[in-house]
Amino acid sequence: MDELITLSRKRAPVRLTTILTYVFLSALAVTMVFPFAWMVRTAFIDPKQVFTSSKDVGGFLKWIFPWPPHPDNFAKAAEAVPFGRAYINSIIVAGLVTFGQVFTSSLAAFGFARLKFPGRDKIFLAYLATMMIPGSVTMIPVFILTSKMPLVLDGAIGWLIGSESVLFSSSYYMFRNTYMGRLVGLDSYFTLIVPGMFSAYGTFLLRQFFMSIENDYEEAARIDGCGTWGIYWRIMLPLSRPALATLGIFTFMGSWRAYMWPLIVTYHEDIMTLPILIRSFQGQYNTEWTLLMAASIMHIIPVLIAFIIGQKYFIRGVRIGGIKG
Amino acid sequence: MKKGKTITTWRRRAALAGYLFILPNALGFLIFTSLPVLASLLLSLCKWDLLTPPKWVGLENFRNLLADVDFWKVPWMAPYEHGFMFNTLVMMMAIPVSILLSLFLATILNQKLRGMVLFRTLFFLPSITAGIGTMLLWMWLLHPDFGIINAVLGNAYEGLSWMYDGVRNVAYWFGGELSAWPPWGGPNGMHPKWLNDVNWAKPSLIMMGLWGSMGGMNMILYLAALQNVPPALYEAAKIDGAGAWQRFWKITWPMVSPTTFFIFIMSIIGGFQGGFQQAHIMTDGGGPAGSTTTIGFYIYQNAYMWFRMGYAASIAWLLFLIVLVLTLINWHASKRFVHYG
Repeated sequence: MDELITLSRKRAPVRLTTILTYVFLSALAVTMVFPFAWMVRTAFIDPKQVFTSSKDVGGFLKWIFPWPPHPDNFAKAAEAVPFGRAYINSIIVAGLVTFGQVFTSSLAAFGFARLKFPGRDKIFLAYLATMMIPGSVTMIPVFILTSKMPLVLDGAIGWLIGSESVLFSSSYYMFRNTYMGRLVGLDSYFTLIVPGMFSAYGTFLLRQFFMSIENDYEEAARIDGCGTWGIYWRIMLPLSRPALATLGIFTFMGSWRAYMWPLIVTYHEDIMTLPILIRSFQGQYNTEWTLLMAASIMHIIPVLIAFIIGQKYFIRGVRIGGIKG
Repeated sequence: MKKGKTITTWRRRAALAGYLFILPNALGFLIFTSLPVLASLLLSLCKWDLLTPPKWVGLENFRNLLADVDFWKVPWMAPYEHGFMFNTLVMMMAIPVSILLSLFLATILNQKLRGMVLFRTLFFLPSITAGIGTMLLWMWLLHPDFGIINAVLGNAYEGLSWMYDGVRNVAYWFGGELSAWPPWGGPNGMHPKWLNDVNWAKPSLIMMGLWGSMGGMNMILYLAALQNVPPALYEAAKIDGAGAWQRFWKITWPMVSPTTFFIFIMSIIGGFQGGFQQAHIMTDGGGPAGSTTTIGFYIYQNAYMWFRMGYAASIAWLLFLIVLVLTLINWHASKRFVHYG
C-alpha cells in the first residue's frame, strides 16, 4: 500500500506539468496557425462580406465561417494580372537557379574537399570571407553591370562586324506572341537566373559533407580505374544525395521568395516573378482583401508542398549549416 | 628519374582537374561577388547617376553620410523624427527576445512526449512561408478598421465596459463626474492604427517578426543543440537537488552557448541588413514619416529609385564595416563567455 501511494504521489505532479505543457503548446500552435486560417477564410468569402461584422452569436459564427465558400476570388485574381505567366517564370527561375547552384557548388565542393592543387586553401578562405559581406554591397555593381550589359555587348559586336546599329541584345524578343524579354540585361531571364547560380554558402555546405565521406570508396574506385570525373559523378554525388537535396530545397525556397533582385531588374509584367507580380497587383487592388489573400495563398502553396516533401532534408540542413557554420 | 617524372605529371594533371572542377563556381564567384565588392568600394568614392559619366569625389559620400540627418536623427532630439539607423536598431531589439523564445520553445519540445514533432512542424510553418504572402496576411490582420486584431481588441473593450461603467458609477455616487473615462477614450481610440501610425509601425513589424522567427530555424538549431547535452548532467543535478530553473541556467544555458553565440551573430548581421521587404510591401515605401525605413531600404532608395549609386555604395560599405566590427568583437567575446563542451 505504501508503495502504491508513493508511486501515485510521484506521478501526479508530472502529469500536471505535462498537461500544462500541452495546454501551452496548443495555445501557441493556435497563435501560429490562426493567421493562416484567417487568410483562407478571407480568400473564400464574398468581397461584400469582408467589412461586415456582427454582434449576435449566429451572425458571429457566420462571420467566422461564411458558408457557402465563394471560390471566385482565385479566378478573379488570376484574370486581373498574368499570374499564370508569373507562376511559370518563378518555377523556371527557381528551378534553374536550384539546378545551377547545386551543380556548380557540388563541382567546386568536390574540388575543395578531395583534390589537391596549389592555392586551394587560399581560394576557399576567400569564399568563406565573402560569406558575411552584406548582399547590398555586391548588388549595386551587379545591377550596374546588368543594366549596361546590352549596350556593351552590342557595342562589342558592332565593333567586331564594323556596324554601328547592332540591336542584338538591346531589343526585346517575341516567340509566337509570347513576350520573352531581352537576352541579357534588365527584363531578361538571364539576369534573373545566372547571378543566383553561384553560391559560396552552397559550396561550403557540400564541402563539409564531402569531407565526411570515407576515403575507402574513392581509393577502391581509383584502383578499378575510375577517373576523377567518375569519382565525382558515380561515387560522391550518389553518396551525398541527402546533402544535395538539402541544398536544393534551401535554394528553391530562397529563390521562390527572392524579392529585391527580381524587383529591381524586371519592369515588364510578363517577365516578373510571382512575388513581384503580387506586389504590383497589391498596388492596383489595395483594398480588395479577398483577392489579395487569394494571391497570397497562391504564393504560399508551392513552398508548403516543397516543405512537406522535403521536411526531413530541410531540418537536417538547418542543423548541418548551423552547427558547423 | 622516370618515376619522379610520372609523379609530377600526375600531380599536374590532378591540379588541372582541381582547377577545372572549381572553375564554373569560381568564375561566378569572381563576377558576381569578389569583383563587385571591389567595384562598390570604388563606387563609394564616386558620384554616378548611370546617365552621365562617373565623377571621382573621394571621401565626400562618406562625409555626407556622417552628416545625413535623415540617417542619424533620433526621436528624442529635434526634429523629433525617426532616423534610419534608429529604426534599424529598434527593429533589432527583438533579436534577444526572439532567441530566448526559441530556446524556451526548444526546451519544451525537447521533452520525450507524444506529438512534439507535430508541434514543431506547426511552429515552423510561419518561417517557411515567409515572404510576400505572409506580409500581405499581416497587413490584413493589422488593418486599422477591419482587421481581426482590432476587432478582438474592440470586443475586449466592450466586454470590459461593465468595469469602466462601474468606476464611473462609483464616482457619480460620490458626487463626482468622469467626463473622459477611460483615458484611452472609447472603443475607437483604443485601437492602434498599427502600420499607419508612426509609433506603432515598428512594433507591428516586430510582432510579425517574432511570430515568424520564434519557431523557425533558431528553434531547430536549439533542438539539435539540446540533444547533444548529456542527460547524465541533468540526472546528477537532480540528485544534488537542483530545481528546473537552476538546471536550465547552470546546465542548459552554458551547454547551448555556442549555438546561442552563432544565432546571435547571424541575427545581428541579418538585422542590420533587414527590413527592406517589410518596408517595401507593408508600409508602402518606408512607412508613416519614414518610421519603417531601415538602412537596407535607404540603400535601395538611393541606388534604384534616385540612382545615387555612389552614395548607396557608401551606405552599403558602412553597413559592411559595422557588421565586420561586430563580428570581430563577438568573436573575441566568445572566447570568454562561450563554453565549448
